[in-house]
Amino acid sequence: MIPELGVFALAVAFVVTLVQSTVPLLGAARGDARLMAVGSAAATAQLLFIAVAFAILTLAYVRSDFSVANVAENSHTLKPLLYRITGVWGNHEGSMVLWVLILAAFGWTVAALGHNLPPSLKARVLAVQGIIGALFLAFILFTSNPFERIVPVPVEGRGLNPLLQDPGLAFHPPFLYLGYVGFSMAFAFAVAALIEGRVDPAWARWVRPWTLAAWCALTVGIALGSWWAYYELGWGGFWFWDPVENASFLPWLVGTALLHSAIVVEKRDALKTWTVLLAIITFGLSLLGTFLVRSGVLTSVHSFAVDPARGVFILGILILLLGGAFALYAARAPALKGGGLFAPVSREGALVLNNLLLCTAAAVVLVGTLYPLVLDAFGGGKVSVGPPFFNLTFVPIMVPTLLAVVVGAMLSWKRGDLAGVMGRLWLAAGAAGLVAVATLGLGGLRHALAALGFALAVWLVVGIAVDLAARLGLGTVGARDCLRRAAKLPRSAWGMAVAHAGLGVVVAGITASAHWQVEELRLLRPGETVALASYAVTFDGARQVRGPNYSAWEGRLVVRDGDRLVATLLPQKRFYPAEGQTTTEAAIHTTWLADIYVVLGKAEEGGAWSVRLYHNPLVPWIWVGAVVMALGGMLSLSDRRHRVGAPRRAARAGSEPSAAKA
Amino acid sequence: MTRKRRRLTIVLLGMLALGGATALVLAAFEDNLVFFYSPTDIATKPVPKDRRLRVGGIVVDGSLQRERDGVTVAFVLTDLATTLPVRYKGVLPDLFREGQGIVAQGRLGTDGTFAADEVLAKHDENYMPPEVANALRKSGQWKGEGAR
Repeated sequence: MIPELGVFALAVAFVVTLVQSTVPLLGAARGDARLMAVGSAAATAQLLFIAVAFAILTLAYVRSDFSVANVAENSHTLKPLLYRITGVWGNHEGSMVLWVLILAAFGWTVAALGHNLPPSLKARVLAVQGIIGALFLAFILFTSNPFERIVPVPVEGRGLNPLLQDPGLAFHPPFLYLGYVGFSMAFAFAVAALIEGRVDPAWARWVRPWTLAAWCALTVGIALGSWWAYYELGWGGFWFWDPVENASFLPWLVGTALLHSAIVVEKRDALKTWTVLLAIITFGLSLLGTFLVRSGVLTSVHSFAVDPARGVFILGILILLLGGAFALYAARAPALKGGGLFAPVSREGALVLNNLLLCTAAAVVLVGTLYPLVLDAFGGGKVSVGPPFFNLTFVPIMVPTLLAVVVGAMLSWKRGDLAGVMGRLWLAAGAAGLVAVATLGLGGLRHALAALGFALAVWLVVGIAVDLAARLGLGTVGARDCLRRAAKLPRSAWGMAVAHAGLGVVVAGITASAHWQVEELRLLRPGETVALASYAVTFDGARQVRGPNYSAWEGRLVVRDGDRLVATLLPQKRFYPAEGQTTTEAAIHTTWLADIYVVLGKAEEGGAWSVRLYHNPLVPWIWVGAVVMALGGMLSLSDRRHRVGAPRRAARAGSEPSAAKA
Repeated sequence: MTRKRRRLTIVLLGMLALGGATALVLAAFEDNLVFFYSPTDIATKPVPKDRRLRVGGIVVDGSLQRERDGVTVAFVLTDLATTLPVRYKGVLPDLFREGQGIVAQGRLGTDGTFAADEVLAKHDENYMPPEVANALRKSGQWKGEGAR
């Protein structure tokens, strides 16, 4: 009986979204405050009903109610409680419920916190959120009912793909969805602004916090996914340019561009039509990601079930939302008046360059991702586009981008002094040059790319430090003045510095691990020792162990550096009887400067095992850097002026932007 | 700087970025598109020797052999019409089994053996890589309904 209530709650939520997507629009058009107020009530009701449905589904998983087909197919009584709960979104139907839950939660924040939004804008934003919600609820109700019953009720469930029974992956989807769906807010604000025919600095101040929050979540989500792939798939790599990875990376790239262009709208009242367009594209790419991953066009751990009807439905949603938004854009964008003028060399100019480069990078990734699909659809044969393509196209675009990050942030608004900024950056340039020369000197010319990567990383971190030091007056004023200045520096400025420095850390991590990864593949008999980088690794044999819902062969490898014991690594080869699957659990010892990574291969005669060993320098920096970037974003988000609901629209439209400080 | 000139600058920069990106993409496509071949394709069509390519098929029962170093394996792929010997140095994926469909990436050696540097088997026992299903369909041996 309870699962049927879940379906009912989703159906009610669907009807509510139908009201939410129409009545407030009508109210805004007529200037009827009562009709507009329906939007807030509907958004709250929508969240409530979807939350009920989600809770019921979670309950079914926790109680292992196998009369629900979804639970029977994806859960098992032997599964630990954590994975029974995360199993809710470890499958197609459940993850779509999570999707709409997050969407409704975002919509509700507008209703709850948007009390100082102009009523008509608020009504229209909520209506657009309602339209998106209605489309996805219809998708769930008509193609992916998570509460479908199964007769006869199976005694035991089929279990969750063991690859997904992992803490890294348990929280990867919620973060990714927070990002994807968070960009729906930017989309809703963009469409609402097009209907209103008005984009001004206040609009940008409303859009920025949500975009920033979505961006932070997406950054964490992608990092978690990459970390999971690193330790769970056992290939020793962190990024494979797999279409599924690209699907999440595309909205991140364009979302990053949006984050920066919104600053120009806020501070300088310029780049309005461009920012609106970016907001639409960012969410469009989020939807494209959902389509690619969910339609079964691509095959991966994400393609839970290949059902063409679902793919067509999501494609329909994509076309409807994007088509509508672009049509509206074509009709209304020319009416949006451009604002402040600026010279090419200025903060605005640098942000335009940032946008151009990030969008170009997104375009090449998009081409590489979609080309095989398009070619196949037109009967051009099966091809695949691998990492070499992306390394050759994406990396050259990132080089000028990274160079410009430091310079752009130091240019002043309207008209910048490039020579002056470069003069202040001599220390960063010198440090970067020194690192490049040192790398070349130690490694030779074939490490030219690594030298470039390290130089860029140092350039970023030192450049930011130089800029911060100058702002705080380090070395020119007393310590007390310095602290006072530090306290007065806006959180958004700190956030930017932290996020950009995090990017530098990521670049260093990628460079080192891409160039100096050492891989050994050996057949090891018990007692045999293999040299790995500066370490000696001894294989002590393998034994059988038991887990809660699996049995495993566990290898024992002792890592020594000279006479010093560094670590004892216990990689496993697990067999999950419920799912009938084998997984590989890599064992990793990290010194934060490098990872020692071992994977158990196959057993041979005489207790010998094939073993793969990696030495991955600086690899942890990639995830540390990504987390630092997200923290920078959150720091910026905590800025008083960015707080959701804080900004007010000035009485007069197109009010003078406050003297640019940050 | 007038609004018109600013717009012109931005448009020019945009076109420059687009042109640069197109050049990069085309140059990278030239060498880095990996085409899929079935064992029959390899036997009947001209195959570039110095390019990476993908092959797919079913691993022939009883064909898996391990070489003396313990980490290099050899097996035979078939699309049920033609066979292709494959060598691979590395740990085979957990779900690699004889009689199952797999995809391998690498280069075709002069001796007609495919030297794989990557072997993919998907994490689903009933799963058949779409490329393999297609190859089987082409060789007239496919009896399943869809790619799954």
